[in-house]
This record gives sequence, structure tokens and C-alpha cells, in this order.
Amino acid sequence: MKPAPFRYERPSSLQDALALLAEQGVETKALAGGQSLVPLMNLRLARPDVIVDLNQISELSGVERAGDQVRLGALIRHEMTMSDPTVRQLLPLLAHAAAHIGHRAIRTRGTLGGSLAHADPSAELAVASLALGAEVEVASTRGVRLVPIGELFDGPLSTTLAEDELIVAVRYRVDQGRRPFGFAELARRQGDFALTIAAVTVAVDEDGGCRAATVALGGVGGSPRLIGPAARALIGTRLEPTAIDLAVAAVEHTIRPVADLHGTLAYRMAMAALLTRQAIAMAGGAR
Amino acid sequence: MSDPAPTTWPLHCTVNGRPRTLVVSVRKLAVDVLREDFGLRGTHAGCEHGVCGACTVLLDDAPVRSCLLFAPQLEGCDVRTVEDLAGPGEVLHPLQESFSAHHGLQCGFCTPAMLLTALDLLRSNPTPTRDEVREALSANLCRCTGYQQIVDAVMDSSRGGEFDCT
Repeated sequence: MKPAPFRYERPSSLQDALALLAEQGVETKALAGGQSLVPLMNLRLARPDVIVDLNQISELSGVERAGDQVRLGALIRHEMTMSDPTVRQLLPLLAHAAAHIGHRAIRTRGTLGGSLAHADPSAELAVASLALGAEVEVASTRGVRLVPIGELFDGPLSTTLAEDELIVAVRYRVDQGRRPFGFAELARRQGDFALTIAAVTVAVDEDGGCRAATVALGGVGGSPRLIGPAARALIGTRLEPTAIDLAVAAVEHTIRPVADLHGTLAYRMAMAALLTRQAIAMAGGAR
Repeated sequence: MSDPAPTTWPLHCTVNGRPRTLVVSVRKLAVDVLREDFGLRGTHAGCEHGVCGACTVLLDDAPVRSCLLFAPQLEGCDVRTVEDLAGPGEVLHPLQESFSAHHGLQCGFCTPAMLLTALDLLRSNPTPTRDEVREALSANLCRCTGYQQIVDAVMDSSRGGEFDCT
């Protein structure tokens, strides 16, 4: 199918884009990579009145290191997230996760900000950004605010952002970004949407003790989420098998995935447990 | 914000090396501009939601789904379609020769995009493994061949193959 009619705007500055998003009485959508929005429009599941094409706004691109943080512009494309030397060095989990997204022809267009704003329950960069404790920089004509990523998602394809707000960048802490990590994903075919994703980071002392950990899962409910009890089960351990068993048990006690045609509740529970186990093992391994 | 009525766009882009100018509806998909306005019917519209890969073209040298781009997003861009590989009556590109020699097509619907996806792979990786070829081609659906001959054709187009196009 073809998209319904809309008005096309192509601002060249962030200020102009925010003014367009603030326009009252019309449904306005920001267009970044378009790999989720345009399918919805072609299928007429989305019929915005106005499209604000962000792709000319240079302020939204780029990778900057600032002190103990790395700031990634919202328009950074997945292929760049995979290959950029700074991202690979300081946020290896994010680069690793980006490689699992769709196919190259999707990754050349799809963007970090677009992925987070779309809020798919099994989006790779959302799960990885949760595990990395990211902060999302959100702008509107009313100003800029920082949203902890755990407060961004609000059910399937929904966020807590207001209609006139735009994700302009995502900030990651370097110390957390450089931690050993694990990532595991289940998809039926190469490039398909993930059924389940697990991302784990651990901070390990010189004596091998785990002093901090995060466990994030996707595809286990309406939004990607952190599993606090599983992370706490790892802290103070040496990531030995019994500690991993306890973390996996914590996952099983915390999540309640929704059965659908792709998997029963029991299958989804089993896969979440398995992928969590694999991701923790990877984080605790040679890395 | 733009001079004409905002539901049309005065498009300027380069397609297969030739500058093109056209006033288009902003909601027209890039694949339809290529086919209907520029007469380049080698680019096929399949699923129209980014899954099948049949509409894949090279935009500024990177593969993209042309069904997921609105016409004005081609502004200022360099677009390459399958017609860029060999014109009517011209000698086929070695990759096309290889597809022919290996029976890498039956109905041909997926073929133009398979060719461009394979070409993109070979440009960055002139000596791919069979698994790497399979992974790259997983972006494009074929419902006839069973893929094996397409993989054979791409392998034989890699550096040192009979139809080396690297």
C-alpha cells in the first residue's frame, strides 16, 4: 500500500524542527531513518498530518566524548553505531547489539533515536541502552530535559514523551560502557525481529568479585526492562554457576511474558532464562 | 518552509549518473518514482514495508529499501539501480553473467535487488565466505530458486572467481 497524504517539512535546524513539532491541532511525526514509521504509514496504521524530516539537521548527528560520558546524536545510524571507533571502544555492548538489527539495508538508515522513540519491546538498542544505564536527552520548544532510559518506555510502541518532544541524543557513562558485557538474542531467521533479547554488564574487581551488574531483557512484556533482582543476585559473587542459577531464577520470578503466535508463555519463559544465562556467561568470560 | 505547496517537492537527484529533475508528490515512494517517473522498472516493489528487499537500490553507495523512502528524501542524492550495471544491449556485468551461468534466477522478481545487495557485499568484502554471502542475501527474499544457486553465483563473482567483479 501507499501512505495517506501528508505535509512534508524538511527543517535544517533543530529549532525549526521543534517549532514544527509544537504545532497544535495536527498529528505530527518526526521522520529519522523511517524503517519503522514508513512501514506503518505504508500499511496506513499511521496517518500523520505532517512529517518532519530530521535528516538535514546536522546537530542531531555525531559522537562526542565529554568527560565521563559519551553523547551519541539521535540520528546516528546503526551501521555507524556498529563501526564508529569511539562507540566500539567505549560502548562495545551497543556496537555489538547494533549488528543484530535487521539487515544492512535497514541499518544504513535506521537510527538510535528512532529506535528508542519507536519503543519496540524487543529492540536491540533499547535493551542494550537499559543495560548501559543511558540517559535520553529530550528537547522541545519548552527546553531540554534528561530522561533516565528506565523511565522512557511505556508499553508496546509507547513512550512517556510528550507529543512535542524529540529525542536529540543519548548519553552513556564511559565507566559503565566499558564494562564486560554479554548479549544474547533469539530470532527465527537472520535479520528477523528478536523474540527475546538479554543484555548484561558486570563490573568485576581484581580479585574476581562482581561489584556491580545490570541485566536487561527484551521481548518479555510490553517494554524492554531491567531485571533488578537478577542483577542483585550477581553482585558480591564471583559469577560462579550457583550465582548464575540464582540470577536466572530471579528472572523467572520477575517476568511474565505474553504468549502469542510466535511462542507460548512456557517457551518465552524458557528462552528468557536461557538467554540470560548465556549473556551472564559471556559477560563473565574472556572479556 | 519550502517554496511550492508542501505536498509536492521539486526533486533534484542523480540516477545512474544522470541528473534528474522532477516535481513529485511528497508521499510518493522512491521506488515508484524510479519506476513510474524515471522508467527504471528493474527496481521492483514487493511487500512495500521493508521486508522482502526487492526494492533495494544504492543510495550514495549504501543499500537502502526504496519503499521506505519518500520521494523528497532523494533530494541531492546519487541513486544507482540495476540498470546501472548494464544497459539494454550492452555486455552484462560479470555478476549478472555469474547469475546466468549458475541459474541464480527463475522468475527474476528478486534478481535486481539480489544483484545490488551482492555487489554491495563484494565491494566491502571481495572474498566472502559462503556464510557471509548467505547472511548478506538474507536481506532479500526469493521464492523460486531456494537460494543455493544465488549463493553459488555470488561466490563465483568474488575475487579469483570465474566472474570476478571485485
